[in-house]
Amino acid sequence: MTNTPAIELKNITKTFGSVVANKNVSLCVNHGEILSVLGENGSGKTTLMNMISGIYFPDEGHIFINGEEVVIRSPKDAFNNKIGMIHQHFKLVDVFSAAQNIILGLDEEKKFDVKSASAKVSEIAARYGFNIDPDKKVYEMSVSEKQTVEIIKVLYRGADILILDEPTAVLTPQETKKLFAILRKMRDDGKAIIIITHKLHEVLSLSDNVAVLRKGEYIGTVKTAETNEAELTEMMVGKKVSLNIERTEVENTCDRLVVKDLHCINREGVNVLSNVSFTARSGEILGIAGIAGSGQRELLEAIAGLQHVENGNITYIDPKTGEEENLKDKTPLQIRDMGVRLSFVPEDRLGMGLVGNMDIVDNMMLRSYRKGKTAFLQRKEPKSLADEIIERLEVVTPSANTPVRRLSGGNVQKVLVGREIASSPTVLMAAYPVRGLDINSSYTIYNLLNEQKKKGVAVIFVGEDLDVLLELCDRIMVLSGGKVSDIADARTITKEEIGLLMTKSQQEEVPENEEN
Amino acid sequence: MFATIINKAIIQGIPLLFGSTGEIITEKSGNLNLGIPGIMYVGGSAGVIGAYLYERAVDTPHPFWCILIPLLASLLGSALAALIYSFLTITLRANQNVTGLALTTFGVGFGDFFGGSLTKIFGNGGSLSVKTTADYFKTALPFADNLGWFGEIFLSYGFLAYLAVIIAIAASWFLNRTRAGLHLRAVGENPATADASGINVTKYKYLATCIGGAIAGLGGLYFIMDYTGGSWTNGGFGDRGWLAIALVIFALWKPNMSILGSFLFGGLYIAYTYISGLSRSSIAIFNMLPYVVTIAVLIITSIRDKKENQPPAALGLPYFREER
Amino acid sequence: MKKTEKLHEPVFQIAKRGSMVWYKSWAIRAVAILFALIICALFITFITKTNPLKVYASMIEGTFGSSRKIWNTLQNMALLLCISLAVTPAFKMKFWNIGAEGQTLIGGLASAACMIYFGNKVPEYMLLPMILIAAIVAGMVWGVVPAIFKAKFNTNETLFTLMMNYVAMQLVSFCIVFWENPKDSNTVGVINRGTHSGWLPEIFGQKYLLNIIIVIAITVIMYIYLKYSKQGYEISVVGESENTARYIGINVKRVIIRTMAISGALCGVAGMLLVSGTDHTINTDLVGGMGFTAIMVSWLAKFNPVFMTLTTFLIVFLERGAGEIATKMNLNESVSDILTGIILFFIIGSEFFVQYKVNFRGKHKEEVK
Repeated sequence: MTNTPAIELKNITKTFGSVVANKNVSLCVNHGEILSVLGENGSGKTTLMNMISGIYFPDEGHIFINGEEVVIRSPKDAFNNKIGMIHQHFKLVDVFSAAQNIILGLDEEKKFDVKSASAKVSEIAARYGFNIDPDKKVYEMSVSEKQTVEIIKVLYRGADILILDEPTAVLTPQETKKLFAILRKMRDDGKAIIIITHKLHEVLSLSDNVAVLRKGEYIGTVKTAETNEAELTEMMVGKKVSLNIERTEVENTCDRLVVKDLHCINREGVNVLSNVSFTARSGEILGIAGIAGSGQRELLEAIAGLQHVENGNITYIDPKTGEEENLKDKTPLQIRDMGVRLSFVPEDRLGMGLVGNMDIVDNMMLRSYRKGKTAFLQRKEPKSLADEIIERLEVVTPSANTPVRRLSGGNVQKVLVGREIASSPTVLMAAYPVRGLDINSSYTIYNLLNEQKKKGVAVIFVGEDLDVLLELCDRIMVLSGGKVSDIADARTITKEEIGLLMTKSQQEEVPENEEN
Repeated sequence: MFATIINKAIIQGIPLLFGSTGEIITEKSGNLNLGIPGIMYVGGSAGVIGAYLYERAVDTPHPFWCILIPLLASLLGSALAALIYSFLTITLRANQNVTGLALTTFGVGFGDFFGGSLTKIFGNGGSLSVKTTADYFKTALPFADNLGWFGEIFLSYGFLAYLAVIIAIAASWFLNRTRAGLHLRAVGENPATADASGINVTKYKYLATCIGGAIAGLGGLYFIMDYTGGSWTNGGFGDRGWLAIALVIFALWKPNMSILGSFLFGGLYIAYTYISGLSRSSIAIFNMLPYVVTIAVLIITSIRDKKENQPPAALGLPYFREER
Repeated sequence: MKKTEKLHEPVFQIAKRGSMVWYKSWAIRAVAILFALIICALFITFITKTNPLKVYASMIEGTFGSSRKIWNTLQNMALLLCISLAVTPAFKMKFWNIGAEGQTLIGGLASAACMIYFGNKVPEYMLLPMILIAAIVAGMVWGVVPAIFKAKFNTNETLFTLMMNYVAMQLVSFCIVFWENPKDSNTVGVINRGTHSGWLPEIFGQKYLLNIIIVIAITVIMYIYLKYSKQGYEISVVGESENTARYIGINVKRVIIRTMAISGALCGVAGMLLVSGTDHTINTDLVGGMGFTAIMVSWLAKFNPVFMTLTTFLIVFLERGAGEIATKMNLNESVSDILTGIILFFIIGSEFFVQYKVNFRGKHKEEVK
């Protein structure tokens, strides 16, 4: 049994429309082995795993379990092949106990009995060293306990092949350490484990082999023992690609937004930002790099007045008067009333930045509808603004009265960015403004940001493509686990250096090489 | 006299108990069925239609058929009404509130129309009464009259009253102690999770809504056969359907709680007749109590925000897999 | 038994439509109504054994048969439309206010109270504004209470507003005890029968004309409010996405409370039109379910006040027409509820085909209806 791979993928290809998510990917995991799948955001790791767990069906390629070819069409097929996936977003019923969640959906032959299920849960927990109370309700659990429930749910169904999608993203260093110990125990028990991650130190401390994906392509598999961080980083980020984004020199710069010791806690009570300090200057583009979920969204929302700030200060310096205003814990409306011209292109375009069911004109009004002293809306200006944006940014739309939901992603983004720029901001924040956009639309957005920079706007750009960040921005701040790893000059830093900085702070906290 | 009050309270409470048990089962699947008041009218009138046609067809009605035909007619009628709701909201994804209200309009009309005009349609007019059948429905347990207060409180009801309590207890057991019950609750709490766990969400929603509707319909049947003794008065059933929905909230979505709740509500309904010196204005205030208490429960549970006492998390929300 | 599902491909696939030309979507709805009318006709034929065409003819007769009938139709439309307009802003905001029945009733109660206690005592030109204000305040209170709890504690508004209906109803029975006339009749009787104090005046000799004019004015105002006012715009944004509302600095809680105040106030006005402008009395059945019907009217019209006049007409036509059939055929009036129900089912169902596209796979002959 040890010689036949537990699971083997051969030449898997998957496309979504014109986007190639996976191209000719081949993987192999033996029983009693941990494989890390490493790659940046958007490199196709999750898509690949979703094909193993029956959520997507591959366009091409073959999957073998214990040497036999299988077809996995549904999560049920995956269960039947003893494959269990632990998703990044937990699928649990809040008001149910751990045991109830674990047995949910099972059609066991024997009588329904939560108590004996609880006993079996405890037994599994004891075998691998989980700490779990089977009768505890999910809504009373911490994130790590919920993850434990998910893992046991999979084991309960008799899974031999476990896939964990970024399991450490939500855990504290101590919890991570504990999870790794359990995973090693499961490996020693003969399970095949695939763990998706982009954290190098985790890869090195945990896995036996590493498979690297980059932009949907399979780069290769190496033995962990025979590699090092530098080699993996290079495999992951690749050679620098030149994009030819125009970048002008910074002129007449001055401080515009000073963030000091910012500390934020999210709804689950987890620290999402700690001690974040930086300065955004006029006439430059400050890039923010980091693994998804490192606190980028919270940072921008805290500045925009949408996220509660526990500690720290956000100071805005008025370009005309030089007066300082504290934006901490102000509502978006208060910020506006203070005369701060802050524009924000949020990550969730149709869920936050725009209203999908409203037409372009009405979306233009979102920012400006309060204008005028009467109780009535002025649609004249928004209409001409809409027409102007449609013409200038070449938005493809039947008319200005088309609901934005019907536009393509690139055109939606042009409408949103166009509106945010129209209010002649002094600070412009954009979160992943080119995500999902084609090349031409992306360049339109880069040009718009550069234009703003030339006008003396302080631009904050949160991006995921390191090549873009390196060519577009003047300085790059790297966030890691809610902390600032470094703020560097984009003209001199290398891609590899950023890659290492992105994983920096956890690296210090998790003890390495705790093999067995 | 105390025994009489309890007896009367229980009699008043039984239709509410059927209605709220049915609605709890429905709501546990995430469907807020505001058509329950209509369904209860349909259940009552379908039973009457069955009884009337049978009584007309034979010279000497047999007790067995007298019970079975109206019972099946009632179950079938209200399950069909609930099926309309299910089809519109689950398959055609219509808004639950609007569909439920339309069903109530339809159901109340259906009940009053057939209840009121049945004799005109099939016979030669006159007012409708299925007294023979009703008498069988009303038959109490033996010794009901001989055992004093004990008999009056525990033995003096028709079989449907006992059935109501049994169904409520069974529903409680089903929801908390069976696999299907667990699955049903998962569907109402988090359909996406249920779906991912391999539970057929659509099937559970359909079944819960139709079975819940059928149970609620029995409340109408009890009212017409047992409470009124087999004669239909238009609008006689009144707002009991809405009171049943109130009871669901009061019972915090727990069928066994709704047994006590229904007797309490029933008691409030008739208490005024037993409190001497109560003016008519105080009676109105008395009748307001069930609703005010329900509002208070609703407010308190939402302020306390204890997860177990909340409505099913996905209540009123449609679920489509592809829009996850 | 589950194993067979492995090979089971979905027979049809449902996808959201991107867009649909307006005449197509209206054609779908028209076809649905046509189907519904056919079913209704079959039903009536089965019950009465008469030619369905004759039945529809007498429905039209019942709605437009005489100038008195036309006035009654218009009056019924006006009242239903008024309540429908009242619930619309709340629904646009996705606040499920099913308490219009109670909000209207309480408005009527306040009007009746003013007529009884101040009628013949204060001059008419003061009494009528007093009635109006009392009705508005009463309806507003009934609407705002659930809204406050929704905004502060996220209390389920559907169930809360529903309960408030019955509290209002019992409050009316409570008041009737003090106001009943004649004694022990348990009805209030016509208030100020001799003096007509607190009655909305007749204009051009038509007693309902003022009601109708008021509702037309409200329709126009509501249309403008929702489409052209800043508050109306805020309602749309909150209803579409609370996240977006926060992003642009809208105080969501305040909008919820303010909108329900407007909704309740308009219901109060409807209550006044019912008591002071129509019935001149009060009873628990004053609103007669219009508060619930209004929800369907508003929803069917996609919350557009202009379309609402059409959907109101449809419902009123059915009710009055069915009433006519009932009298002629010696059936009971409830037949109109059955017909209304059937037509509503079809219209509600037809929305699916406006919103979604059903693609069949393979050559299966299964029908999707």
